[in-house]
Amino acid sequence: MRTVTVVGASLAGLYAARELRAQGFDGRLVIVGEEAHRPYDRPPLSKDFLTGRADEEQLALADPEEEAELDAEWLLGTRAQGLDARGRTLLLENGRTLVTDGLVIATGASARRLPGTDGLAGVHTLRTLDDARALRAALSGGGLRVVVIGSGFIGAETASSCASLGHEVTVVEAAPLPLLPQLGPEMAAVCAALHRRGGTELITGTGVARLHGQGSVTAVELADGRRLPADLVVVGIGAVPNTGWLAGSTLLLSDGVLCNDGCVTEHPQVVAVGDVARVGGLRAEHWTSATEQPAVAVRNLLAGRTVDSGRPLPYFWSDQYGARIQFAGRRREGDDVRVVEGSTAEGGFLCRYEREGRTTAVLAVDRPRPFMRARRELSSAQPPDRPLPFRPVRAESLAPVPEPG
Amino acid sequence: MIPVCRLEDLPVGESVRIDTTPPIAVFNADGTLYAIDDTCSHQDASLSEGWLEGCLVECPLHAASFDLRSGRPTCLPARRSVRTHEVVVEDGVIHVRPAVREGTAA
Repeated sequence: MRTVTVVGASLAGLYAARELRAQGFDGRLVIVGEEAHRPYDRPPLSKDFLTGRADEEQLALADPEEEAELDAEWLLGTRAQGLDARGRTLLLENGRTLVTDGLVIATGASARRLPGTDGLAGVHTLRTLDDARALRAALSGGGLRVVVIGSGFIGAETASSCASLGHEVTVVEAAPLPLLPQLGPEMAAVCAALHRRGGTELITGTGVARLHGQGSVTAVELADGRRLPADLVVVGIGAVPNTGWLAGSTLLLSDGVLCNDGCVTEHPQVVAVGDVARVGGLRAEHWTSATEQPAVAVRNLLAGRTVDSGRPLPYFWSDQYGARIQFAGRRREGDDVRVVEGSTAEGGFLCRYEREGRTTAVLAVDRPRPFMRARRELSSAQPPDRPLPFRPVRAESLAPVPEPG
Repeated sequence: MIPVCRLEDLPVGESVRIDTTPPIAVFNADGTLYAIDDTCSHQDASLSEGWLEGCLVECPLHAASFDLRSGRPTCLPARRSVRTHEVVVEDGVIHVRPAVREGTAA
């Protein structure tokens, strides 16, 4: 393998590039990134970056020395537009092509937009550095009426940041509770209380009918007819994997690039990592997945077949209203929830999700140390990994996995 | 020098955080005391709440690991060292002599 191309220059793409060099690949390494920016870390965008506690240089994922060590060709500000049937020739914008022996797909996901709001000023999404710059600038005035649509991680963190900047914030959530699919009803109710504690109004169980405004937004109309005056709207309703550029390829696509447990597609020289990858039937939009998958993916890529697979324990965290939420494991509907440390009424706590006497997941609010211990126990209790051959997943059996963070 | 706690109040495997600016974490790693900056150099998390194993402490948020002897990160995502500080035990009380701020947080 003489040339390996990584498409996507964010967290997963950079980690893949690092793994390629760490695992001994000394050929030509090309990194294609649609954004003009060097790789940066996204989690702070909705938190410290938005509130001005962190600046852009603190978001950088690699320093110049490390970039020099990677010895890669960076094609930043360059969008990949297609991949040939054999997965060997990449079509870049402006009609340029790039022939490659190996390919790492790390194109991530894009913020889902509210239909019919294009061109309406004051409506923001938060996914990229450019999004965050625009939102940070718009929030600098203070005293705005902000409506956040969606109470997932991005929505909740953004609402928390806006409240801490002194804005009047309302969060609208279509589901009965925030983070319901991730945490289940008991703990979702606890997270709902965080919003109220932070001084944010939380409206649940109703969707958004439309936005009002001539030129710039003035109000959000809810499905139940209520109208919320708004100077600024943040739309945090999830993300869509960036697979559009692969439409003409022979890769299997269904809410992500389908790959086996080893991140390998049906072409052994094409692997996928991060938010865009549906690994073994699951797409996990987690920082941790983006940092853990590349080691396995690159090992398989360089071996030319699936020799390794990983089922790392899902882990995500979120900082909201001064509380740190950490979750690890695989919760299922109907799991029992038991608080084993602290109390949900005040301060922090640790709880376990249990099924048939076994812990399936752990959740902590402001209990990092016991959480870490529980996460390690859970991780070591997992069944051992075994390599699996590529098995296409039937598209209709796939349920979306709404887990940002 | 800043008094931290009595020696017997920091058993092996335990850590304590002192609210200096920036905060400092003191560890008892298998009987040897170490002090480093408490805040992970990657993102805001308290290393005193981390996982202590030998001379390494793992950040409770993103699993960056630091060598208590040097303050150097031993794995990603941290890339910058945390400062180390001198620990002195006097009359059974642990003290920390914070490092001067300049030129240490490389």
